[in-house]
Amino acid sequence: MKLLSRSYMWIVFALLYAPILVLVIFSFNDGGSLSSFTGISFRWYVELFHDSVALQSLKNSLFLALSSSAIATVIATFAALGLDRMRNRYVKGTIMGATNIPMMNPDIVTGVSMMLLFVALGGILGLSDLLGRWTMLIAHVTFTLPYVLLSVLPRFQQFDSTLREAAMDLGCTPTASFFKVELPAIIPGIVSGFVMGFTLSLDDFVISHFVSSPDFQTLPLYIYNQTAHNVKYSMYALCALIIVTILVLLLAVNFAGSIGRGKRRREVTK
Amino acid sequence: MKHKLSLMERFAAVPHAVWTVLFIVGPLLFVAYFAFTDTKGAFSLSNIELLSSYSHIFFLSICFSLVATAFCLLIGYPLAFVMSRCKPSTQKLLMVLLMLPTWISLLIRTYSLMTLLDNGGLVNSLLAKLGLSPLTMVGTGGAVILGMVYDFLPYMVLPIYTSMSKLDNRYLEAAADLGCNGLQTMFRVILPLTLPGVISGITMVFVPSISTFYISQKLGGGNFDLIGDTIERQFKYPSTYHVGAAISLVMMILILISTAVMNRFSDSDGKEMVV
Repeated sequence: MKLLSRSYMWIVFALLYAPILVLVIFSFNDGGSLSSFTGISFRWYVELFHDSVALQSLKNSLFLALSSSAIATVIATFAALGLDRMRNRYVKGTIMGATNIPMMNPDIVTGVSMMLLFVALGGILGLSDLLGRWTMLIAHVTFTLPYVLLSVLPRFQQFDSTLREAAMDLGCTPTASFFKVELPAIIPGIVSGFVMGFTLSLDDFVISHFVSSPDFQTLPLYIYNQTAHNVKYSMYALCALIIVTILVLLLAVNFAGSIGRGKRRREVTK
Repeated sequence: MKHKLSLMERFAAVPHAVWTVLFIVGPLLFVAYFAFTDTKGAFSLSNIELLSSYSHIFFLSICFSLVATAFCLLIGYPLAFVMSRCKPSTQKLLMVLLMLPTWISLLIRTYSLMTLLDNGGLVNSLLAKLGLSPLTMVGTGGAVILGMVYDFLPYMVLPIYTSMSKLDNRYLEAAADLGCNGLQTMFRVILPLTLPGVISGITMVFVPSISTFYISQKLGGGNFDLIGDTIERQFKYPSTYHVGAAISLVMMILILISTAVMNRFSDSDGKEMVV
């Protein structure tokens, strides 16, 4: 029975990873076929790096992921501070509820709603086309915000407030005690929130699809356009690169998180 | 002891609140505005009236999503149970393994699945090697449902697993002591105790399934028009923005109602973030 249930579990996991692994393996396939592996080659990667549109999309994606997750992290960290200190439960509940809307709503509704906002705004300002780099940035900050907030806020709530009071008894102003005592303890949450925002922004497709314009493409949009009609093998290379990047980033976050936790536990037992 | 709040602490959440109002609440109001106006900006119910001609699309989407959700539950429930009975250290690893694929873009995962199932894909070449005739999979309803199950299965397992891991083993022993056989323990003890997880799992699979457009475009080969596809198409040309907004609004309200109904049966179980 145990053997049976274990094998069931591993079969499901194998099926979950099979398509991704096949994609990564076949991105090295010399023959450019998806049914038979004819030899290892990097030709699709070479082709990818000679594709100027792909490189421009990569630049756009990195710019967008870095700037949107940085902005979201700053806003969310201060928001977490404010929410942690907030005594009015109703205001707090309303803000949290509104923040969680993009997590509850289907992505397509979030994308469509932001597109309509920008279209209407463009109409009011008399500009025909507002969509592009800056609307993408606003949209990406918006949908990463709740995830970053969820990663930072618990750190504030777990923080022992007597430490803050001790700092103030020892002569710190509230602001100084925040930066000198509390912020260092919050850093792991901020870092993992930033990385989470970065990965979310890097591979978002649905929301970007609605708020972008043809002159500002990100990698997922580029993949979507390239794979709309025919198979292009350099896209397998691109997908494989994105998969590896995301997995490495996430494993790093998990690893960093467990180091942080281990350190705290050691301090407690000391 | 409560200290007096500094100026920074008092206003730290303001930028976030302003951003939320401007870019989360505001856009939703615009969806409602577009849904109830015509292209000239005058109040109109014609978009909503037009929706009746889309009823077959709503019906097809709901059917596909329900079938996909049912498969996810059938596969995911036993999986969550087996995972929750593993050693704690193994459980942590399994959880990471389960959630890692969800961080890879849906676009890439669906595309990789399509690669496997395509007429010239690996599955068909394996079938040919076994001497079987090739199957046409991409372009069938089954492939669309398979895509939904493949893409969203982890969202079903996660909340069920969370409920399962809270389940005390002594309940199972007590049930056995009191004469329950395996099946009775399953249906009279384990299932009722993990129901909250099941319900949030159902919501977490149903919502993305009903709103997807990429899965049906790629794996359905354009043969199936789901709500997501319809919305996506309306937003290609400004003249149909208003109809698109009306469809989005109705879908959002449908989802809100079903989520609210489902949440009546559960607590906030399984909403924790993993990875």
